[in-house]
Amino acid sequence: MASTTTRADKIDRLAELTAQQEAHGGASLWREAFRRLRASKMAVIGAVIIAVFVVLAVIGPWIAPYGPTEQAWRGEVFPNQGRFVGPRGENWFGLDHLGRDEFSRMLVGARQTLLVGVVSMLIGLVVGALVGALSGAAATLGGASGKRLDSFVMRVTDMLLALPSLLLAVSIAAVMGQSLTTVMIAVGVVQVPVFARLLRGSMLAQGGSDYVLAARALGVRRRRIVLTQILPNSLSPVIVQATLSLATAIIEAAALSYLGLGNPDPAVPEWGVMLSQAQRFFDNAPMMSVYPAVGIIITALGFTLLGEAMREALDPKLRG
Amino acid sequence: MSLLELDGVKVHFPVRKGVLFDRTVGHVYAVDGVSLKVEAGRTYGLVGESGCGKTTLGRAVLRLVDITEGEVVLDGTNLAKLSGEEMRRVRRRLQMVFQDPLGSLNPRQNIESILAEGMAAHGIGADSEERRAKIKEVLARVGLPANALSRYPHEFSGGQRQRIGIARALVLEPDVIICDEPVSALDVSIQAQVINLLEELQESLGLTYLVIAHDLAVVRHISDVIGVMYLGSLVEEAPSDTLYAEPRHPYTRALMSAVPVPDPDVEDNRERILLQGDLPSPANPPTGCRFHTRCPWKQETRCATERPELRDIGGGHRVACHYAAEIADGTIGPRQSATAPRAAGEQRPVDAAVPAEAGVGAAAGAGPGAEEAVGKE
Repeated sequence: MASTTTRADKIDRLAELTAQQEAHGGASLWREAFRRLRASKMAVIGAVIIAVFVVLAVIGPWIAPYGPTEQAWRGEVFPNQGRFVGPRGENWFGLDHLGRDEFSRMLVGARQTLLVGVVSMLIGLVVGALVGALSGAAATLGGASGKRLDSFVMRVTDMLLALPSLLLAVSIAAVMGQSLTTVMIAVGVVQVPVFARLLRGSMLAQGGSDYVLAARALGVRRRRIVLTQILPNSLSPVIVQATLSLATAIIEAAALSYLGLGNPDPAVPEWGVMLSQAQRFFDNAPMMSVYPAVGIIITALGFTLLGEAMREALDPKLRG
Repeated sequence: MSLLELDGVKVHFPVRKGVLFDRTVGHVYAVDGVSLKVEAGRTYGLVGESGCGKTTLGRAVLRLVDITEGEVVLDGTNLAKLSGEEMRRVRRRLQMVFQDPLGSLNPRQNIESILAEGMAAHGIGADSEERRAKIKEVLARVGLPANALSRYPHEFSGGQRQRIGIARALVLEPDVIICDEPVSALDVSIQAQVINLLEELQESLGLTYLVIAHDLAVVRHISDVIGVMYLGSLVEEAPSDTLYAEPRHPYTRALMSAVPVPDPDVEDNRERILLQGDLPSPANPPTGCRFHTRCPWKQETRCATERPELRDIGGGHRVACHYAAEIADGTIGPRQSATAPRAAGEQRPVDAAVPAEAGVGAAAGAGPGAEEAVGKE
C-alpha cells in the first residue's frame, strides 16, 4: 500500500508546487518558465530529440529508401542457418530476418510510435482531465455532496493507481484483443487516474485561494468561477505531466507490442513489434534488437528530459 | 433602523476525524454569538488579535462561510435564510475588500476582465462598451490610470492592487463594503492613502463599511463605532472616541496599553498591562468569561462560571464584563504582577504576552503621501 500513497502523494506534490507560484507571476509565468527552459541544457536536448523524432515520424515514409515490407533481399538472409546481413552501404542498418531494409522499417515505424504515444496520452489527458475537473469542481464549490462525490472519484482513481500500470494495461489489452487501438486505449486508460488526480489536486489548491473567494464574494456563478478562475490557473502541472506521460506511453506501448498484444498487421512496422521479433535472433543478429530498442529509449528520453525541465522551470523552489 | 444587523451570529467549524466515515469530534467556535448593528453611511470597526474570529465573522456576513446560527439582516432581509442564488444576487449590495491585494486578484485576468467579472454576474451594463465606460469611471475614482485596463495584477504596486480590489467592489455599486484588513499588507505610507481613499468614497457615495483590522490606529482613524472581539465574541463596543478614552473591558485596556504613545515622558510612565499566557484554543474555549484565563482583574466568583452578556452602560457603550463598573471606579484592582509602570531607562520588555497583533502601527493619515511606484516587479 505504501507505494500507492507515494505515487498519489507525488502527484499531489506536483499539483501543489505549481499552484504555489501561480499566485505570484501570473501572465508572466509562461514567459518566465520559457526563459528558464531555454537556459536549461536538459530542455534543449530534450526538445531537439523530440523535434528530430517528430520530423522523422512525419516524413519517414517518404524519405525511407525502400518500402518497409519489401523483402527485396530475401535471398541473402537465412535465419535458420544464422546468416544475417549487417549494416552496409545499401542498407544502413542491415536487413531484418525476412530480408527487409531495417533502416526503412525504423523510419516508418517512428510514425506508429509517435501515433501511439500521442493518442494514448490524449486519451489519458482528456478523460483524466474531465474526471479531475469534475472532481475538483465538486470538491471546491459543490458543498457537502460535492465533497462526497470527490472522495468517491478519488478512491476509484486511488484503486487504479494502486495497480502496476503495465499489469493494468496488459489486462485491458488482453480483454480487448490484439490491435493498435487496443494498445492506445490500454496505455491511455493507465494515464487517466494520474491526470485526474493531478488536475483535481491543482484545482483544490486554487480553490482555496483568495481570488476564488473574491469571485464568490462578487457573486460570480459557480460554473463561471470554475471555468474562468480555477481551471486556467490549474493547468500547468497537467501540461508538464502530459509531456512526461508521452515518454511513459511510448515505453508502455512498446512493452505491450513486445508482449504480443500490439498491432498484428505486419504491413506496418512498429518498434515494439520489431523488438519482439528481433529477440528470437539475438544470438546471431544482436543489432536487429538494438535499433528499435535505442529508438524507443532515445525518444522516451527526449520527452522525459523536456518534461523534467518543464517541471523544474515551474518549480518556485528552484527559481533563481 | 440599521442597514446591517448581526444577531447572535455563530460560526462553528466541525472538527472531523475518521478513516472511512468522518465523525465530528468537536467544533472550533470561530464566531460564537456576535450581535452588532452597522448604521447606514457609517463605519464599524472590528478589532482583535489574530485568531479571534474577526475575519470569519466578515466572511459569514457575505455567507462565504456557513452560518451555524443567528441572523445577518441587510435592510430587513435575513441573509442566513436565503437560497444560494438569492444570496448571490444580494452580493451586489454587499461587497468585500480583501487583505492580500495580489492574492485576491486572478493572475491570469487583466484589470478590465477582473472588474467586468462582477458586472457580468449581475447583469450590469448592456454590452462591453457600456461596462468599459463604467469601469473607466470607477478606475478614475480610485485613482488609477485608464491605461490600467489591459494590464495584469502583477504589474501594479501593492497600493495600486488594493485600489483595484476596491474598484472591483465599487463597480457593483454596493451599499455595504466589508474591508478585511484592507491595509495591513501595505507599506505604512501607502496605508494612509488607501484609508483616505476609503473615507473619500464613503463621503461621496454614502457607503457603509465594516472594517476588520488589528491595527488600533487605523481602526480608530476610520471608525465611528468600534467593536472589540476576543475568542469569537464581542467583549466591548463603543463609539470610537469613547472606547479610546475610557476602555472598560480588561481586554480592551490591555490592547490599548500596548499602543505606544509618541511622547517619551508619557510612554515611560503610563500603565502597561501585560497579558499572561496565550489565546486559548477556540476549539475548547474557557468556561464563563472567555477572557478570565488571562484577565488581571479576574475575581473568584462569577468570572469562571458565568458568561457575561454584552450590556449597555450608557452612551452606546456596551461591555461584556461582570465587574466593569467596579474596575472603572477602582474598587477592584488588578493583580500586582500584571501592571508595571516602567521605570525610566528600563529596557522595553520584548514580551510575547502583549497581544500578538495589537497595533503598533503608525498613525494612519500621517503618511507622507509617497508616490506609488508603477510596475515595481
